[in-house]
Amino acid sequence: MRAEPLLLKGACGRVGLFGKREMRSLFSLLFGVFLLVASVFAQEDSPDALIKKVTDDVLTIVRQDKDIQSGNTRKAIELVEAKVLPHFNFQRMTALAMGKDWRQATPEQKKRLSEEFKTLLVRTYSNALTGYKDQSVRYKPTKVQGDDTDVVVRTEILQPGGKPIQLNYSVEKQPEGWKVYDVVVAGVSLVTNYRDTFNQEVRANGIDGLVLMLGNKNKQPESGKK
Amino acid sequence: MVKRTFSLALAAAVISGLTGCATTANNPKDPFEGFNRAMFTVNEGLDLVLKPVAQGYDAAAPLPVRAGVGNFFGNIYDVWTAVNNLLQGKGGDALSDVGRLLINTTIGIGGVFDVASEMGLEKHTEDFGQTLGKWGVGDGPYLYWPLIGPRTTRDTFGWAVDSYADPVWRVDDVALRNTLVGVRFIDLRASFLPTDKVVEQAAFDKYNYIRDAYLQNRHSEINDGKAPIEGREDQECEQSRCY
Repeated sequence: MRAEPLLLKGACGRVGLFGKREMRSLFSLLFGVFLLVASVFAQEDSPDALIKKVTDDVLTIVRQDKDIQSGNTRKAIELVEAKVLPHFNFQRMTALAMGKDWRQATPEQKKRLSEEFKTLLVRTYSNALTGYKDQSVRYKPTKVQGDDTDVVVRTEILQPGGKPIQLNYSVEKQPEGWKVYDVVVAGVSLVTNYRDTFNQEVRANGIDGLVLMLGNKNKQPESGKK
Repeated sequence: MVKRTFSLALAAAVISGLTGCATTANNPKDPFEGFNRAMFTVNEGLDLVLKPVAQGYDAAAPLPVRAGVGNFFGNIYDVWTAVNNLLQGKGGDALSDVGRLLINTTIGIGGVFDVASEMGLEKHTEDFGQTLGKWGVGDGPYLYWPLIGPRTTRDTFGWAVDSYADPVWRVDDVALRNTLVGVRFIDLRASFLPTDKVVEQAAFDKYNYIRDAYLQNRHSEINDGKAPIEGREDQECEQSRCY
């Protein structure tokens, strides 16, 4: 920031010819920009840093927001949509929840299934956030090799008086960056836990039946009873 | 009168549940689904009373008290965890559990403060069902019991052994014993309150959701969180793009 006027002065004072001092400040400016870009890039490039950043951002907001703490799911949904949703791959999650049945779906059905499943997961996650109270998160070291494209980021929810709860994220590398495709709480995948239910519905009423089932579920008012 | 109505309702639920088997059982892990669903309904009924009590406790007891209660019973349970870790051949973990017990019972004032966790001795929880699982005993049919809730057949047996070994049930003074058992139960129920809301939101069918989550959770616990998630392999994705 402070280097900018210096640079301007240099450029105006001696057109085309930079003094030694100006050169040095220009160099340090460029170097600073390079460092900044490099650190942003490095952060985007490591899945554990991404999870930590998103979690910290969300929890900082929840800790200050009395509405969310007192069970305002709508506000929690807005928060999740803004901060969390961009880092999830819902199509992959839907495929994972459906297993083999995913293959049967037409592209149009896949799109609708993913949309509905996204709504359901966002609501569930938001609902969990409104229950946030007294807990803290511990990040466990994640080993990422240079060419890894599929990584598990391990965290723990610490709660006073209770055993820590393992909360793991399966993250995969995509051209747009790292994307979460599964969330596993105490060994329970919030995605594959739907597998049997979804398979049963497809067996009984086909893919369209499943689309309808998801749609009906999402039409119910969120959070159920408060 | 109330008692009689209740037992009639229970009997009706059991009968309808048993006869309902043939129509609803479509999960191989859950051959007694009809019976289980009936017991599930019974528990939901009991919970109409239990849940408000747990909510009252949660609201009335300040955080340090709730934490102290959880730590106190957790400390007693660490003995059984140590035994089971030993039975599973995890000597290092067992030693750490004994260390936790010694530290928390003394410095942690009878277990009310979990000083050991802060010193870096991680809390484990092992039960006899997990030990049997480690020894290679399979799940067996899934069962849903009144009061205690979901258990596989193996874990039902494990639970019986856990209860037999439970020092709280061996306290001589009846009043004290009942108080301890009661407080521990309410504290346990209260610890599930946040989960309740999430399950209500997430589940299409609460019974199914709880069953599938329970089975996944046990599978993970037996393998100390190191087992791969089931069902990852049979999805259709090419280079992680599922289009």
